[in-house]
Amino acid sequence: MIEIRLHGRGGQGVWTAANLLALAAIREGKYAQGFPFFGPERLGAPVLAFARISDKPIRVHCMIYRPDVVGVLDPTLLSPSVVEGLKKDGILVLNSDKEPSELREILGLEEGMGTIWVLDASRMAIEILGREITNTAIMSAVARATGAVSLSSLEAVIKERFPPNVAEKNLELVRRAYEEVRRE
Amino acid sequence: MARVEQRRIGMMGDEAVAYAIKQVEPDVVAAYPITPQTIIVERFSDYVADGLVRTEFVAIESEHSALSACVGAAAAGARAFTATASQGLALMWEILYIASSMRLPIVMVIVNRALSAPINIHCDHSDAMGARDSGWIQLFCENCQEAYDTAIQAWRIAEHPDVQLPVMVCLDGFVVSHTLEDIEVLPDEVVKEFVGERPLVRVMGHEGEVPYRLDPTGREPLSMGTFAMYDLYFEYKRQQEEAMRAALKVIEEVGREYGELTGRYYGLIDQYKLEDAEVAIVGLGSSMGTAKDAADELRDEGIRAGVLRIRSFRPFPTETVREALKGVKTVAVMDRALSFGGPAGPLMMDMATVFYGLKEGPTMLNYIYGLGGRDISTDDFKAVAQDALRAAEEGVEGLPVKFVGVRE
Repeated sequence: MIEIRLHGRGGQGVWTAANLLALAAIREGKYAQGFPFFGPERLGAPVLAFARISDKPIRVHCMIYRPDVVGVLDPTLLSPSVVEGLKKDGILVLNSDKEPSELREILGLEEGMGTIWVLDASRMAIEILGREITNTAIMSAVARATGAVSLSSLEAVIKERFPPNVAEKNLELVRRAYEEVRRE
Repeated sequence: MARVEQRRIGMMGDEAVAYAIKQVEPDVVAAYPITPQTIIVERFSDYVADGLVRTEFVAIESEHSALSACVGAAAAGARAFTATASQGLALMWEILYIASSMRLPIVMVIVNRALSAPINIHCDHSDAMGARDSGWIQLFCENCQEAYDTAIQAWRIAEHPDVQLPVMVCLDGFVVSHTLEDIEVLPDEVVKEFVGERPLVRVMGHEGEVPYRLDPTGREPLSMGTFAMYDLYFEYKRQQEEAMRAALKVIEEVGREYGELTGRYYGLIDQYKLEDAEVAIVGLGSSMGTAKDAADELRDEGIRAGVLRIRSFRPFPTETVREALKGVKTVAVMDRALSFGGPAGPLMMDMATVFYGLKEGPTMLNYIYGLGGRDISTDDFKAVAQDALRAAEEGVEGLPVKFVGVRE
């Protein structure tokens, strides 16, 4: 089972990203959950959402405390708190224009702890969507970094869930994010 | 009945319930559409607006009125559904008793949420516990799949001639209601066939035997909810109790029939690795899934743990629980609600009764957890099981009530 924790701000579509990952996995015949942090939701406040993807039925119904993957949608949230509980061989997918070595310092991440994948999702979202909505880009980068779901499954759920005009631009965004996310 | 082809989709608990009710297509859905309402009736109202169901949807001014409308509809012979949570259920309290005493097979989904104050929208079982003695059948679900399945089975249980009681389908707020999971759904026509038409029992009316419904044409006159003093009231209550007991068998029968159709069998309880267990965790709802994972981890560490999930809380399956825990020496009873000033949590009081007066019974400890949505993890459950084992070894006097995950 892969456990994914996404960090963002209220209104950025963090929960939607977690749900789309889960839906893509279900489409592939896997078992999955997508759910929000069970806390207050306020526009702009830091929020969490979670996804679990597994080859076996999932029974657990608590939040994720030791994630395999952490995705950060908003660069202003980058701090040691986002890596809390991350497994030693965990994967970080970060929205940032900084270099991985600099990011390690910001996150207080020791050498040999986790693998960083980085994408300037904010810039990419502004270019394609005209707004800094990074949820689908980070979701796509998570898919690339983990191999948990395929790009084509993500494309399929976006087409299914979004209205056509929104889907079209997001499809472009997820394709580019999938290609351009870099591993440290 | 042969196994049918099912479709696998991702849905939140709320959506899954709305989808099940769309497939059942009751005659009337009455609901108060504002907080603490959930997505259930919002999604269902979309189905109505899109013309996908012929249900009469009544958006009404309060939960008290919502259930009253269901009482009226069900008394007229219709299938009636509503959904609510926390304060909404509390506001219905008066009408809960009327629905069950008038023997109206209404189905209501409760998204279990804490009661104010302080204001809180998250999960605990206080709302359902407040309705415990109101004469409704209460079935607690573990996940989205079970919420969907139970929202279908509930009609057959409620409307069974031996039962004729309203059913509450309880699912944990947020933990199930707002969690998207993979579920398997049946084709519409299979659900329609499974629930069939609401059968009306026949009773003695003013002018002979009539179907149990109010007839506005007056051709089959009948009164309901009339006056009964000490000459008759007690007999009514006794009959309700008999119906509750009859429901034990019906819940199992319907669960079995549904299992033959879907491959998912349901009963009064859900047992997990109890056969050789030295310690059992007993509880209600979604956290029991987490407890099952904890049991597996404990077994990897050499502790034989098991889980007993109570699905039917009312009626309470006393015999079945006793049988399931035969041979288990230590039991941790999990309560997601408090009975303020009571001897223990509500589930614990029932569990103590199960073994009362027997020569041999397990050592039981009560753990209060998860109030107002406080999360409970696999590690927490492991700690509970270990604590219970340790306490049992040291010797337990009386009935210890402990709190999990609360600041002291």
